[in-house]
Amino acid sequence: MTGTPRARAAGPLLLGVRHHGPGSARAVRAALDACPPRVVLIEGPPEADAIVGLAAEKDMRPPVALLAHAADDPGRAGFWPLAGFSPEWAALQWALAHEVPVRFIDLPAANSLAMAAKQPPTAPPAPTGPPVPAGASVPPAPVGPSAPAGPPGSAGTSTPAGPSGPAAAANGPAAEPGPFPPADPGDPADPAAPGDQTAPGEDQTAPGGPVAPGGPAGSGDEAAPGDPDVPAAVSAERMRVDPLAVLSEAAGYDDPERWWEDVIEHRGTGGAEAFTAVADAMEALRAEYGHGGHEDDAVREAHMRLRLREARREFGDEVAVVCGAWHVPALRERTTVTADRKLLKGLPKVKTEISWVPWTHRRLARHSGYGAGITSPGWYDHLFHVPDRPVARWLTKVAGLLRDEDFAVSSAHVIEAVRLAETLAAMRGRPLAGLAETLDAVRAVMCDGSDVPIALVRDRLVVGDILGEVPESAPAVPLQRDLTRTQRSLRLKPEALERELELDLRKETDAGRSRLLHRLRLLGVDWGTPAVSRGSTGTFRETWRLRWEPELAVRVAEAGVWGTTVLAAVSAKAETEARSAKGLAEVTELAERCLLAGLSGALPVVMRSLADRAALDADVGHLAQALPALVRSVRYGDVRGTGTAALGEVAVGLAERILVGLPPASVGLDADGADEMRRHMEAVHRAIALLSETETAGTETTTRQPQTDLPTADMPMADTRTADMSTADMSTAEARSAEPRAADGLRARWAAMLRNLAGRDGTPATPALIRGRAARLLLDDGRLAEEEAARLMGLALSPGTQPPEAASWIEGFIGGGAGGGMLLVHDERLLGLVDRWLISVPAESFTDVLPLLRRTFSAYDTGVRRTLGELVRRGPAADGSTGADGQGTPTAPGFGPGLDPDRAAAVVPTVRLLLGLDPAPHANGPMEAAR
Amino acid sequence: MTVTVPGTESTDTSGAADAAGAAEALRPHAEDAFAAELSALAAADDRPRPARWRLSPWAVATYLLGGTLPDGTVITPKYVGPRRIVEVAVTTLATDRALLLLGVPGTAKTWVSEHLAAAVSGDSTLLVQGTAGTPEEAIRYGWNYAQLLAHGPSRDALVPSPVMRAMADGMTARVEELTRIPADVQDTLITVLSEKTLPIPELGEEVQAVRGFNLIATANDRDRGVNELSSALRRRFNTVVLPLPATPEDEVDIVSRRVAQIGRSLELPELPEGVEEIRRVVTVFRELRDGVTGDGRTKLKSPSGTLSTAEAISVVTGGLALAAHFGDGVLRSGDVAAGILGAVVRDPAADRVIWQEYLETVVRERDGWKDFYRACREVTT
Repeated sequence: MTGTPRARAAGPLLLGVRHHGPGSARAVRAALDACPPRVVLIEGPPEADAIVGLAAEKDMRPPVALLAHAADDPGRAGFWPLAGFSPEWAALQWALAHEVPVRFIDLPAANSLAMAAKQPPTAPPAPTGPPVPAGASVPPAPVGPSAPAGPPGSAGTSTPAGPSGPAAAANGPAAEPGPFPPADPGDPADPAAPGDQTAPGEDQTAPGGPVAPGGPAGSGDEAAPGDPDVPAAVSAERMRVDPLAVLSEAAGYDDPERWWEDVIEHRGTGGAEAFTAVADAMEALRAEYGHGGHEDDAVREAHMRLRLREARREFGDEVAVVCGAWHVPALRERTTVTADRKLLKGLPKVKTEISWVPWTHRRLARHSGYGAGITSPGWYDHLFHVPDRPVARWLTKVAGLLRDEDFAVSSAHVIEAVRLAETLAAMRGRPLAGLAETLDAVRAVMCDGSDVPIALVRDRLVVGDILGEVPESAPAVPLQRDLTRTQRSLRLKPEALERELELDLRKETDAGRSRLLHRLRLLGVDWGTPAVSRGSTGTFRETWRLRWEPELAVRVAEAGVWGTTVLAAVSAKAETEARSAKGLAEVTELAERCLLAGLSGALPVVMRSLADRAALDADVGHLAQALPALVRSVRYGDVRGTGTAALGEVAVGLAERILVGLPPASVGLDADGADEMRRHMEAVHRAIALLSETETAGTETTTRQPQTDLPTADMPMADTRTADMSTADMSTAEARSAEPRAADGLRARWAAMLRNLAGRDGTPATPALIRGRAARLLLDDGRLAEEEAARLMGLALSPGTQPPEAASWIEGFIGGGAGGGMLLVHDERLLGLVDRWLISVPAESFTDVLPLLRRTFSAYDTGVRRTLGELVRRGPAADGSTGADGQGTPTAPGFGPGLDPDRAAAVVPTVRLLLGLDPAPHANGPMEAAR
Repeated sequence: MTVTVPGTESTDTSGAADAAGAAEALRPHAEDAFAAELSALAAADDRPRPARWRLSPWAVATYLLGGTLPDGTVITPKYVGPRRIVEVAVTTLATDRALLLLGVPGTAKTWVSEHLAAAVSGDSTLLVQGTAGTPEEAIRYGWNYAQLLAHGPSRDALVPSPVMRAMADGMTARVEELTRIPADVQDTLITVLSEKTLPIPELGEEVQAVRGFNLIATANDRDRGVNELSSALRRRFNTVVLPLPATPEDEVDIVSRRVAQIGRSLELPELPEGVEEIRRVVTVFRELRDGVTGDGRTKLKSPSGTLSTAEAISVVTGGLALAAHFGDGVLRSGDVAAGILGAVVRDPAADRVIWQEYLETVVRERDGWKDFYRACREVTT
């Protein structure tokens, strides 16, 4: 040990690490203990020097991340995540414990963010593009996947270099950008080029819009941050060179990551020799490959050298540097101050702010979209904190988890699993059983070969749920700044006093305000609560009750984990919620809120989740509950000009499933169940009518302005009515359904299904209530001839039918509370049907039927009942429908027989005008027609 | 979970036969068919071998997965699938834990078990076939009653089971279809696997397993309910699940090959142009089995049937017979529709809904699937 320090006495202690490598972290700690330096230099943005002290506070718990962002654009941000097992964190903690100063020596975030903004010309959204990546990366981890692609794609992958990096490198040579987290920005720059090319599409995803940039950016960042970990070591690979891949190949490994684990991470503390060996290896690599395609590195390394020189002037040679192994050769290199200064001259700069933010293991993990992440933070954490008998302890942990989930796992299982894991490792020629071996063993021994519990183990242990914490004294999160900025631009001041706000969504500012309030609600910041609008019920009006409570600031701070801008944060949160939502209704509601909040970026994920849940939900009731809200959303989206094509597709899919599932689901229900199903049926009926209407309208007038004032609230009924007319001609509908016109075909098939239900004679025990309702719905739609309806009624109410069943059929057909009665009053055709049937009931059975009818009719309002009585007494409806075949018969007392075509014609033009059927009423005025 | 499978004829046991030009047997044992490969491996193998193993674990894995030896001998792959699976299986045998191979029919369980036994012990014939009527004697020992009556109980009168012989000689025993064996008979394996001994109370003796003894059992995933293993027995096994083919291409390939073979043996006329329909059948089966469409965009409910590769093969074969004898000689949607319906709809209520949902939400919209949709609608309603 002492030997090492002495050996190093000649110069600073250069500790080349793999970012997020627990082995590296242990080695760093040991090396620092062995020869304590007077100052510790860490790869990271120098802006963080000021807040490094916070890391010593009690309530600072990793994983956390350094977050730097442009002061005027929180969407442009970079993250440097640190986990408990990161070598940088180990060094930081060591220094703070020993009261040794810590300095960050990488290129300042001020430069790297600015460079990121400028350099990637490829970035679609010019400046935002690149910066965005960074920003996005942060919260939107989920988003990240897509967004990161842009710069992150490259950077991200590279970043991981450390652990994943190699892998990434392996996957795509191109992706090697960001050695560093910070690098990311920078990295992006250089990697940006390659990355961008590969991932231009992804950038696009970011494009949420001007606002969006933040989002996408974020993802990029993540990638970048990831870099930090591995980057150093791996970073080298950036463009084409993956140092670890090259080294592992030389060692005869096909998987660079495994090689690094075997050589470094799984060997206790390698001591200083390991650092020297890795540094030598990197030097050899760099001699071979140069900067490996990352010009940015030159600038960063120049800055590191300058900072190193500075520190040596102050502290002599007792300086320790913790950085990615890839950079070590550059730090050993002798260059002149002037040369380094020259490199750094004229770098673009932006004003930045830096803070600590909590991070999570999940976000460290690669598959959450953190391009540069590591796959198994939980496993690394375990390796780092449990140095003795890691395999046995790990498998015991796994057994504990499985037991909690009610898998029968005994100690004997653990013993066998340990044996198997160790034998497997021996067979594969590894020094110690790694994650792959232990998981194979768990699968074979504890899980009966099933992958299901393994997925659980991966999620809970290999990745883990650990959430970091930062002290309250940490500087404000950028989200708050973004919010403040948005509030200013929308002229919406937070006030403690409660007030009401009327918004007219046709105005741009008001629409923006509405979106902001909806977004904040999604984030759990309930600044405004929707109130019932007074006056107009049009969808373009919204009323809010606003009140800013002090604790909302805390909520904003909490929401900071989701992103640096309101849009990015809320998108990330919505996506996460969509993924974790339990029920279908939850997701539907979320979709509705996403539309209100204008989150077109998050919508695809939400839709996907919605479609998935709908596909797996076997309960027609759930589906039927979800459909109306969804159709409403389609409608809203239409009004607000949000793209809802995807939504419509999902709604149609949902309707299809209901269509298929409803008949079998309406078999064998009890009275309550039947009543519930009837309500579902009605809701779906209306929704399908509305859906086909919207679809048609949508295709015709896709560019409809949001101003259109549609009375959405009572739309469904109105639609049904108009639809009656348009679809009365079934042949038209059917002809059209020949064309794959999803919605139209849907209506036709829905009708066919209803007919099937209505025509059942009770052998598949379909409740009479439902059969009656189905017949009625068809009748209303004009899809059931009156004779046929009469036949069905006679069938259902004939003497062979049990009285209770007949009663519920009648209830289904004309029941439904007061509303049903009103319809009977106004629809003489319907009344005629009932009346005719009643007259045909033989006198002997009449007394049996009477109580049943009474049950239905007694639910009507008194007024309705009296009117009905009068109508019946007048008795003209005896032969049913007056409309069509009323020729020669007085339709009502006091009227002549048949229609008077001339008098009727006089009304037509006015009616047409009212209905908007005449394109140019002026040319052909009503008066003329009335002549 | 990635899944891969026997690439070629190895799909199931029946396809295994064509290995080498073995002498006269209709189907030679693995150790005979691949004797040359085994001896080449043994010669090249310098790694440590567990007691009584013919090869080192590494060489056994190579034997199954294929490779090229330093001397240029090519080892053909016996099992095409994830390396991890074979490694776990071989390692399990080396740790003296018994190995249970699970999988739906047609995933090469028996094939893998035979080759493992051949490579480890050089003998794949110590086999107990599990059926509902498998008696305890098949696992322990029986008696030669003539001897027993004439000379009383003695070792000479004892008829050892394959398991007993494997114990005595330190070999690998195999039990096929373990879950079909009645539970009480299954449990006789517990002593064998935990105590590694088989008592013979009639003689006051016991047979103790010699080092090198182990046991490979196979069981059908879907049959779990038939005679579910007791947890005591289950605990003696390491379980490896053999997956279904990983990619549609693999599966289409397997199906077409097998269909061609079966077609020949049934002497069906050769039909052209069937590939499209086969791809369709495989797609439908895979999508319903996986519960998600091929493009990964839509989730689906899975029906209760297995929908294994083997069933796809029989659907296509049935369709071919239909097309050849009653159709126009070309395999068309209508020929396979009824077969698919039969394979998918096992539970008339639930499965029918699932199938209709699939038809309406996935098939109807798919380009070029119009005929298929129509044909299916026709047979479904």
